[in-house]
Amino acid sequence: MGIFERLLGRREKASSGEVAKKRLRLVLAHDRSNISPALLDTLKDEIITVISRHVAIDPEGVEVTFFQSARETRLVADIPLLPRRTQRKK
Amino acid sequence: MAARVVTVTSGKGGVGKTTLVGNLGVALAMRGQRVVVIDADVGLRNLDVMLGLENRIVYDLVDVIEGRCRLRQALVHDKRLSELFLLPAAQTRDKSAVQPEDMVRICDELRDQHDFILVDSAAGIEQGFRYAIAPADEVLVITTPEVAAVRDADRVVGLIEADEKGPVRLVINRIKPDMVRRGEMLDIADVLELLAVDLIGIVPEDTAILVAANQGRPLAFSADSSLAGRAFHNIARRLMGEDVPFLTLREPGMWGRLFRLVRSEGN
Repeated sequence: MGIFERLLGRREKASSGEVAKKRLRLVLAHDRSNISPALLDTLKDEIITVISRHVAIDPEGVEVTFFQSARETRLVADIPLLPRRTQRKK
Repeated sequence: MAARVVTVTSGKGGVGKTTLVGNLGVALAMRGQRVVVIDADVGLRNLDVMLGLENRIVYDLVDVIEGRCRLRQALVHDKRLSELFLLPAAQTRDKSAVQPEDMVRICDELRDQHDFILVDSAAGIEQGFRYAIAPADEVLVITTPEVAAVRDADRVVGLIEADEKGPVRLVINRIKPDMVRRGEMLDIADVLELLAVDLIGIVPEDTAILVAANQGRPLAFSADSSLAGRAFHNIARRLMGEDVPFLTLREPGMWGRLFRLVRSEGN
């Protein structure tokens, strides 16, 4: 493999070291919180149901993710509200 | 002064616990410390062969616990050093022969006449891990820069902190500088960021470690003949409270620097 191909290839694809780090970050968040990916999905669905009962939200845009600082893990829900104009149209 | 009990554990097996304990024992003893290394991996005895003392064992840890001998009788003196002793594990028993209180009692009995008691834990998070951390004043966790090893290290760090045996200090073993440079291995900063613990040492991959294990003569005996040997001595010095800078494993070559430049421009 030529040096230029290597340089080009590298730009497109994350190195395996970076892949390892990304995967570990997620795995550790699940391990530390004892929240499996399936449970995270369930939480997300239930959060959507509960919030929708009171306010109009965009269910497609809801993201429930982990936030790490040092050895502390937080669960962060990002819930986009629908603008009032859209609500009126309904 | 009473000894400090330092337990070495890892979660995952095969990442270098026994190699670290053997080399730290040698390095500390070479630096004038009175050291006992305890093989706490009952049923899978290894530290004796690592140190080349396998033919000198008369009694073991379980013999002491069950009262078949006195503690002093079970200690094997490494004659290459004036103050290095091994308390071997039993080979024909299992972990259920040892309770956490037994380890606490044995370490307490050794404290008066030594400076360091190093405990080589079993892999895993079961009984063998539990009784190994029970007597610890400090726990070192060793890992390699691999996904599975880091994940298991995180698990034991969590358990050790829950047991109020922290703060843990980390040893990163088997680093391959050329792979790190190519981005094909987690680097030290990645591992520290992921695990969020303090670092006490980095050890490069070194074929001399296998040669040393073949011969039963830990690399730390000839500190300056290899980078890994120096790394073990540096960890020993840090345990003794010295402030020692971390090894620079290798400067990136011209191509490495060029790669890094091109990559950072590409981002």
